[in-house]
Amino acid sequence: MTKYLLWKRGRPFTVHELSLCQHLLDQVTVLATAHGAREVERIVLQIGPLAGVEISLLAQAFSIARAGTLAENAELDIEPAPIRVRCQTCGAETEASPAHLACGRCGDWRTELVSGDQLVLASLQLTLEEDHV
Amino acid sequence: MCNTCGCNITPANEHLVQSEGRLAYTEDGKAAVTVLQSLLHENDHQAGHNRQHLDYFGALAVNLMSAPGSGKTALLEATIQALGDEFRIAVIEGDLETENDAARVRALGAPAVQITTGSACHLDAHMVHNGLHQLDLASIDLLFIENVGNLVCPASFDLGHHLNVILLSVTEGDDKPAKYPVMFRSADLLLLTKTDLLAVLDDFDPATAEAYFRQLANPAPVVMVSARRGNGLDAWLAWLRDNLQAYRQRLPRDETRSLTLAEEGVRCHRSSAPAASHADHHHHHYDHHHPGHQEI
Repeated sequence: MTKYLLWKRGRPFTVHELSLCQHLLDQVTVLATAHGAREVERIVLQIGPLAGVEISLLAQAFSIARAGTLAENAELDIEPAPIRVRCQTCGAETEASPAHLACGRCGDWRTELVSGDQLVLASLQLTLEEDHV
Repeated sequence: MCNTCGCNITPANEHLVQSEGRLAYTEDGKAAVTVLQSLLHENDHQAGHNRQHLDYFGALAVNLMSAPGSGKTALLEATIQALGDEFRIAVIEGDLETENDAARVRALGAPAVQITTGSACHLDAHMVHNGLHQLDLASIDLLFIENVGNLVCPASFDLGHHLNVILLSVTEGDDKPAKYPVMFRSADLLLLTKTDLLAVLDDFDPATAEAYFRQLANPAPVVMVSARRGNGLDAWLAWLRDNLQAYRQRLPRDETRSLTLAEEGVRCHRSSAPAASHADHHHHHYDHHHPGHQEI
């Protein structure tokens, strides 16, 4: 738990998932306020394996960091994204894994990533203030 | 990725946002809002701002990343000694603690700003912005950003730099690219360092390292160097020269100048700020003040 003692707004963090979580809550707060929300009910993220984010750590950080924000009771819904590559040689689009991004059909390594590095706040579900309904 | 043109919407996530419009109200006072914004939006915004500053002055920024002890600072020392008369070089050093690396660079006559991150495991765009304010960008051709030694977290943060150089020393495993794919995938150049030690190591095969690296679909060149002995340095220096030249040719300098920076911002970045030690600036002031309003 020691690392969480460092959790304080405006201070450096140990793990970048904590830092990322603060980014997320800042973004969510701005959006919720702009839409006149009383509360954030659900936050939907999409995270690919090549985003460099450990989903379980992010979820753990979120459960601590949300305290005192509009998202205090929000459900965090993290949808993992698949890794897919398109081959520049044979044109096939295939599934791939983080350390093997070569073409699944012809084996050539010259591919481009179609999906897998997403780190996206996809959508929010909000409860609105009375006068915004 | 970009948050303005819709390219965030990919075949893999479009189902998340298919609804009746951007903001769909329901009858019970609830709203579903489609956002599709990068979680690092704030950092990316700051990084873009940093890049504008660098482009205004035509300073090419190279982000050096590696595990601790792969020889980033030794490489910088050798580079400054070799190119110091040819280009004006400055360094932003990121470490958890100490001014040691900045002191090594300054000893060779190059300006250096030390950012001590405290407990943070990476540099982010806000920290680098603070560092830029302590440098006279008008008198820099090449800016090296020596990131915190770490093969995980620094890969996720755009600093506003132009090129990523990743160092892999031959005392590490030759399968590191497979173990840290996110990091190695981001390389614009892979440097295998401390290659003078290959003679006494029997478990590092440069060809194996390159094969793992290619499996990440990365076409970047792989260069073998020994900063201590000078082997291979010519190829590294040629890569730097070529990229600086290509960068300068790419810059639409006059347009950039008129569009991106207000006059006071220019004055701020031209100020002869000494490369003093970096106070422990934290990086969560999400203000968007133009640098002209933030004299350091």
